[in-house]
Amino acid sequence: MTDTIQHHESDSFLEEVRNEPGGESVFRCVECGICTSGCPVFSVQSGYNPRKIIRMIHLGMRKSVLESAFLWWCASCLTCQERCPQGVRISDIVVALRNIAARNDLIPDPYRIQEKRIAEQGRIYEIDEFDNRKRSKVGLPEILCSNEEVRRLFEVTSGESP
Amino acid sequence: MKYAVFLGCTIPARARNYEMSAMRVAERLGIEFTHINDFACCGFPVRSTKQAFADALAARNLGIAESQGLDICVLCSACSAVLAEVNHAMKTDPARNSVINHHLEAIGRSYHGTVSVRHLTRILFEDIGIETIRKHLKFDLTALFVAPHYGCHYLKPSDAHGAFDDPEHPSSIGELIRATGASAVDLDRKHCCGGAVLAVNNDITYRLAAQKLESATHHGSDCMCVICPFCSVIYDDNQKPIEQHLSREFDLPVLYLTQLIGLAMGFDPKELGLNMNKVKAARILEKIESRSHHES
Repeated sequence: MTDTIQHHESDSFLEEVRNEPGGESVFRCVECGICTSGCPVFSVQSGYNPRKIIRMIHLGMRKSVLESAFLWWCASCLTCQERCPQGVRISDIVVALRNIAARNDLIPDPYRIQEKRIAEQGRIYEIDEFDNRKRSKVGLPEILCSNEEVRRLFEVTSGESP
Repeated sequence: MKYAVFLGCTIPARARNYEMSAMRVAERLGIEFTHINDFACCGFPVRSTKQAFADALAARNLGIAESQGLDICVLCSACSAVLAEVNHAMKTDPARNSVINHHLEAIGRSYHGTVSVRHLTRILFEDIGIETIRKHLKFDLTALFVAPHYGCHYLKPSDAHGAFDDPEHPSSIGELIRATGASAVDLDRKHCCGGAVLAVNNDITYRLAAQKLESATHHGSDCMCVICPFCSVIYDDNQKPIEQHLSREFDLPVLYLTQLIGLAMGFDPKELGLNMNKVKAARILEKIESRSHHES
């Protein structure tokens, strides 16, 4: 019965989410379910249910939310957020939850790798000499990647080094 | 009409066909692109793990365009959403603005909120207009039935983009397709390609993408039309894996809107990078050619 509600893993989870950038609107939910009814991910994988995630936050189910796999299944399509009659910015709340999870070292590997590449190279895919030769063959301009500023921004925004 | 063109990460590495066709079509229509080598990632991929870093990356790009006195034309829908969202926040949220500018100070940059950010499709629709585009066309693509794919971030978040098209019932891409003479198979407009989940759960992505491929083929489309490199990575690059994963067959060509318009303008398919599309578009070319021979 892993799906049943485990009360009060954290009394302050709702406040924690509210205080995270993007999470401010979480208290406005009236559980109407418009988010889930229009969610494209839910239509193919019922394990991702935005209405349930919001309710779990209200019930203080911190560990169950932050350690879940479903937290990373949102496709960021913004459908729920556009339709919510209460102005709950659900996609932004998912981003807020992921940021809290990330600070607790709960990041799926693909996100970890992506972040490292961007911090180090300034972009996900490095454009090397070979790519630039292919580009010039079809009349596209050379792309030079300078990444010093991006590395520095990573440091000042996160307090970590890339 | 001069813009700083923002390519993002995916286009120069994985979508040269989009870039080539966009450059040629834009040039033909009198849109002048300035390439800025200082542009880096838009911030979208790191929003989930480091919001402050994502905000700073977006604002850095905006600040670079601002320092050169240029507005931004974006080719990737995800980049357009993040840049527009941060741009909107810089104008409406003083607290977030001051945090972001504080971070930019560390690299000697700033952003004051004077740049406009729009997707190329939107510029074609709003500024160039259907009538002007029609005047530049040599071939009528009447024979083609094209399923437009709006995706998500071209229209949303709607408060950041402004209400240039209805996010629930959009029409701009359909109208641009119809400008070429082709028919827009416009029945299922609200689809997400699922691209953002591909790396963590490809079953979700493949099932989502199959819904659109299924609907487009069911309604007799000759091809799909996309405006975002990641939608193309899913529907075109991943169409074979999707077919294998779900034991289905679609064999549906996926063209960028700029490739479609470029064909109607009379560009050689190679100049539009059509040979780089994964699902071969030969049938479409045959259909266009047989029609134009018929007319002449």
